[in-house]
Amino acid sequence: MANKTPLYQAHVDANARIVDFGGWDMPLNYGSQIDEHHAVRQDAGMFDVSHMTVVEVTGSEAKAYLRYLLANDVDKLKESGKALYSGMLNEEGGVIDDLIVYYLTDTHYRVVVNASTRDKDLAWMENVAQQFDVAIAERVDVAMIAVQGPNAIEKAQSVMSDEQKNAVAGLKPFVAAQAGDLFVARTGYTGEDGYEIMVPDSKGIEFWNQLAAAGVKPCGLAARDTLRLEAGMNLYGHDMDETVSPLEANMGWTIAWEPEDRDFVGRKALAEQKAQGAPRKMIGLVLEDKGIMREGQEVVVNDEVVGVVTSGTMSPTTGKSIAMARVNRELNEEQVLVQVRKKQLSAKVVKPSFVRQGKSLI
Amino acid sequence: MSQIPAELKYVSSHEWIRDEGDGVVTVGITDHAQELLGDVVFVDAPEVDSEVEAEDEIAVVESVKAASDIYAPLAGTILEINEELEDSPELINSDPYGDGWMFKMKLADAGDMDSLLSAEEYADEIAED
Repeated sequence: MANKTPLYQAHVDANARIVDFGGWDMPLNYGSQIDEHHAVRQDAGMFDVSHMTVVEVTGSEAKAYLRYLLANDVDKLKESGKALYSGMLNEEGGVIDDLIVYYLTDTHYRVVVNASTRDKDLAWMENVAQQFDVAIAERVDVAMIAVQGPNAIEKAQSVMSDEQKNAVAGLKPFVAAQAGDLFVARTGYTGEDGYEIMVPDSKGIEFWNQLAAAGVKPCGLAARDTLRLEAGMNLYGHDMDETVSPLEANMGWTIAWEPEDRDFVGRKALAEQKAQGAPRKMIGLVLEDKGIMREGQEVVVNDEVVGVVTSGTMSPTTGKSIAMARVNRELNEEQVLVQVRKKQLSAKVVKPSFVRQGKSLI
Repeated sequence: MSQIPAELKYVSSHEWIRDEGDGVVTVGITDHAQELLGDVVFVDAPEVDSEVEAEDEIAVVESVKAASDIYAPLAGTILEINEELEDSPELINSDPYGDGWMFKMKLADAGDMDSLLSAEEYADEIAED
């Protein structure tokens, strides 16, 4: 039996096409994934992200624990509600998962990890926690809805009480606030402004339906994937995994090297890799010929395979095929070939960020 | 439920075949196939005048999500492709049995039509999926 989120019935009622995603029955689309994509770029769309795993980290050593567990440094978080993106690494510096951690108090942090990696993440977190006075508890009583797009904040606020609106008024990017029974974070995975909102599971469908009535379009996983790829955001298990270091996945900015005396899991391996130069790097590709790049296709220069596409799609916003690819560090060509099925097609090398706030960057 | 017009023939790889007489057929993908694919964004059409064998991979339909091979339903020669699909591949979603047709071909042996699935047989096949 696949897991079902608290919002499952709303998807069925909206005639969503349901697929298995990491053991969860999730909506792929509600008709046209392209229409859903455009709704997020131009207006407001919402995603059921309740399948993601919410973990409460509490205890007197919660901060010390997370400073050791994560490559980014939670000591940067001083304001309650402030969020941080980080990799959780193994000793070899490979990415066990990418996650967001919210600072609530010095003894209470909230961590959101991926659904597909839940079991190994919890096992790893528990294992590392043995050295600290800290408790790890999964939250299973919340639904989570991502409301994204240029009009997302306005439309989401339109279904909030005055008290809730006051609580989220002026919320800065990457900061969350408790608003009545909602936990509202100004974060997302689309390259657009918006909120990710935790709501008690029993009220999930009601809140979802209120948002729909306010003109927020239900969007499925298919649109979520094209939106995040246009925004140049990694998808775990595709763009990085335990065999890839953050330095090879455009996540170098998430490694807090300072202060130097902070040890964290994977630091030694990462420091060695940084000193020698990581063997591979992540690039963006824009296809110049007709076709569509897909995950797993080879990147070719002078008849030699120099890398592989980790995520590729047709970008609805730009009308072009875009991809992220991991290639040898030495590659400095501005143009490469990609083995797209039976043909080698020409692609331009760009920074892997293709669309931000509705505007094409390519 | 997807539509399966009774007057057409089918193959289990989800192409439909319309008999135009004189051994000429029109080929496209079924409503069921386009539903599985989702939004179609690119069609790599077969080459006009090329000779093909049954089950040859001769074209590709790509949705945002995935690429899908299109097979020649029978042996013959490609006569014409639907050039509208180059600029409007979404016709395959909106009208799979009409404006979304993919190509016309002249069969090597018009008698081969008898080997194709009826609408009823195709409906049974996809019900098993």
